[in-house]
Amino acid sequence: MYKYDEYDHSIVASRVEEFRDQVQRRLAGQITEDQFKPLRLMNGLYLQLHAYMLRVAVPYGTLDSRQMHMLAHIARKYDRGYGHFTTRQNLQYNWIKLEDAPDILADLATVEMHAIQTSGNCIRNISSDQFAGAAADELTDPRPWAELLRQWSSFHPEFSYLPRKFKIAVIAAEEDRAAMRLHDIGLRIVERDGRLGAEVYVGGGMGRTPMIAPLIKDFVPFDDFVSYLEACLRVYNRYGRRDNMYKARIKILIHELGAEQYAAEVEEEFRAVKALGIDPPQAEFDRIAAHFAPPAYDARAADELDRSDPDFAVWLDQNVSAHKQPGYAVVTISLKPIGGIPGDASADQIDLMADLAERFSFDELRVTHAQNIVLPHVRKADLHTVWQQLRDAGLAEANLDLISDIIACPGLDYCSLANARSIPLAQKIATRFSDIGRQRELGELKLKISGCINACGHHHAGHIGILGVDRKGVENYQLLLGGSGAEDVSLGTITGPGFSEDGIVDAIERATDVYLRERDEGERFLDTYRRLGMAPFKEAIYG
Amino acid sequence: MGDLLRYRTDEAHEEPAVTLDGFLGQSNATAVRIEAGEDARALLPHLDRLALVEVSFPKFRDGRGYSTGRILREAGYTGELRAQGDVLVDQIPLMRRCGFDSFAPEAPVDEAVLAASLARYEYHYQAAADPAMPVWKRRHG
Repeated sequence: MYKYDEYDHSIVASRVEEFRDQVQRRLAGQITEDQFKPLRLMNGLYLQLHAYMLRVAVPYGTLDSRQMHMLAHIARKYDRGYGHFTTRQNLQYNWIKLEDAPDILADLATVEMHAIQTSGNCIRNISSDQFAGAAADELTDPRPWAELLRQWSSFHPEFSYLPRKFKIAVIAAEEDRAAMRLHDIGLRIVERDGRLGAEVYVGGGMGRTPMIAPLIKDFVPFDDFVSYLEACLRVYNRYGRRDNMYKARIKILIHELGAEQYAAEVEEEFRAVKALGIDPPQAEFDRIAAHFAPPAYDARAADELDRSDPDFAVWLDQNVSAHKQPGYAVVTISLKPIGGIPGDASADQIDLMADLAERFSFDELRVTHAQNIVLPHVRKADLHTVWQQLRDAGLAEANLDLISDIIACPGLDYCSLANARSIPLAQKIATRFSDIGRQRELGELKLKISGCINACGHHHAGHIGILGVDRKGVENYQLLLGGSGAEDVSLGTITGPGFSEDGIVDAIERATDVYLRERDEGERFLDTYRRLGMAPFKEAIYG
Repeated sequence: MGDLLRYRTDEAHEEPAVTLDGFLGQSNATAVRIEAGEDARALLPHLDRLALVEVSFPKFRDGRGYSTGRILREAGYTGELRAQGDVLVDQIPLMRRCGFDSFAPEAPVDEAVLAASLARYEYHYQAAADPAMPVWKRRHG
C-alpha cells in the first residue's frame, strides 16, 4: 500500500500545524464560530448533539496494522474506547474535545494518516472497491488511480469552496462494490486498445434528491485524467447553484443542464485546461502503482479447506470471497453483531483486527462502505485460525450481505441533523431476524437505514430502505423497496404511509414473506421485487 | 474595511473598476469588476488593455472567484488581480495559488497570521496559477 515520501510527510505536517493555529485562534476568540466552521469542517470536525465528532480519512478504505492500532489508541486516549466505521470508508470518533483535535492529528500524522477533507464543501476522501488488489473479477487495482486523485484533490486551491461537498469513487471491476454511480463522480477503470483509462459518470448521489450518475465520457486515458477531472470540477464550481444548499450538489446542475450539455461544457473546459500541463506523467503513476504491487504470495498455498466445523463452514460461505490468487481468500469481518451498533468497534476489537492483518493478511485491512472490515489476503489454510480469533472477540457474525448486515447512519442518537433514531431500529430488525438459518434462507438482502432525508444510511440504495422522519414530534419510518448500489444500480420506491418503530419491523417481515412465497429459483429479494413490482408487497404490507 | 494587501511591485492602479457590462460597452476602461456569477471568459479578448481585475467574493463560502482567477491567469493576464469582499485570512494562500496578487478584504486581516500561513506549506500537490512546482514534478524532474 501507499507509503508517504518526504513531500507527503511535509504536507501533512504543515496541515497539523495549520489546524493547531486555527484552533488556537478560535479558542482565543480571534475568529467567530461561523468563520471557524468551514475550517474545522475541512478537517473533519463536526459539532454534533453532544460533542465534537472527528472523522479520520482512510484513503480508499486501505490501511495497515500500525494505522489500525493508532485508531484504537486514539479511541482509548481521546474518546470513549470505540470508533465508528462509516459508509465513506472512514472512521469517526463521537466524543472529541476541540482542544484535543490538533494533538489527535499529530498522532495520526505519525502513521501517515490525517482528517483532511473528510467534510466541508470540498473534494472528500476518495472511495474505492474494498476488494481492490484481491478481487478475482478486477481488471486492475483501482487504488493507484485513487491515490493520484487523493494527491490532486488535497488542498486544491480552486476547489476548496465548492457549492457543496464532492465525492469521488474509483472501481475497476464489473461488480460494483463501491456504489460508484451514486457518487458525484464515479470512475470505472477500463482498457481500450491496450491502454487504461476511465469511464466517467457524473452527477450521482443520494440525499434528498437521489440520482444515478449518467455516463459523461466513455474513455479518458491516463494522460488526460487529471485535466479532465479538473474540467469537470471547474464547470461545477462556476455553474453549480449557490442560492440554495439543497440544490447545490452537482447532480442538480446536471439535471438542470442535461448530461449532454454538461459534457459539452466539460469538453470545452478540458481543451483549455489540457494545454496547461497539469497532468502528472506516467512515471508518477508507475511510482504510485509500485506501492500497490501484489504481496509475496505463497505459490504453494493449499487451495483445499477443511469444512468439518459447521459454524466455521457457515462463516466461510457467507463472509469469505474469492481471491485472484489460488490458495488465498478475502475475509470480511462483520461489524454487525446481532443487537450491536452497525459499524462500531471497540479499541480492543480494532487492535485484534490489526493483529490479524499483520499475522495473516500481509499487514493490510480495508474498510467497506457497508461498514465492515476486510482482511484482503488470507491464506485459506489460516482461515480457521482467523475465524476462531474473530469469534472469541465477538467479530465472527456470519451475516455479510444478509438482512442483519445493516447500514445505518448514527441517527438521532448522535447527529444534529437527524429526525429519527437509526441505531435502535437496526438493532430491533437484526434481533427479529437473528436466526442465521432464516437469514440465509432470505439470501442477499441489503437493508439500509437513514435517520433523515440526507440519506447518510444509503436508504435509496437498499433492497429494503428505511427513512426516518419526524411526524408531529413522533419518529416515523418510511419503507422503500427495490434500491441497489451495485452494478445493477437503482433507486428504491416508497411503499406507502410510514410506520412506528415496531410497525416497520413487522412490515419488513411481511415483505420478506412475500419474497419467500413468490420467488423463482435463484432469485434474490431484489430480483423478485423487480419481476413482480410493488403491488404484491404493498398488499401484504398494508392489506 | 481592511487595508489593501498587495503582492506586486508596480504602482497600485488608481482608476475605479467598472462593471463587466460597462467594460464591454466602453473601449477605454482599464479596470473591471467581476461579480461572482459573471463569466470571466468575456474578458479574454481584452486582456491586453486591462490593468486591474477586481473579483468579488460576496461571501467567504462562495468559491466561484477562485475559478475566475485561474481562468484569467491561464489566458495570460498579467495585470493586477484583486480579491475583494468577504476574504478571510485562511483563504488568501489558496487565492494566491489561483493567481490573485492583491486583496481588499472587508474585515481587517491579521498580518502576522497571514504571513505565517503563506509560508506554511513548502510543497503543493497540484499545479495551479502560481509558480509553485507540483510535487509530481519535483519527484520526476
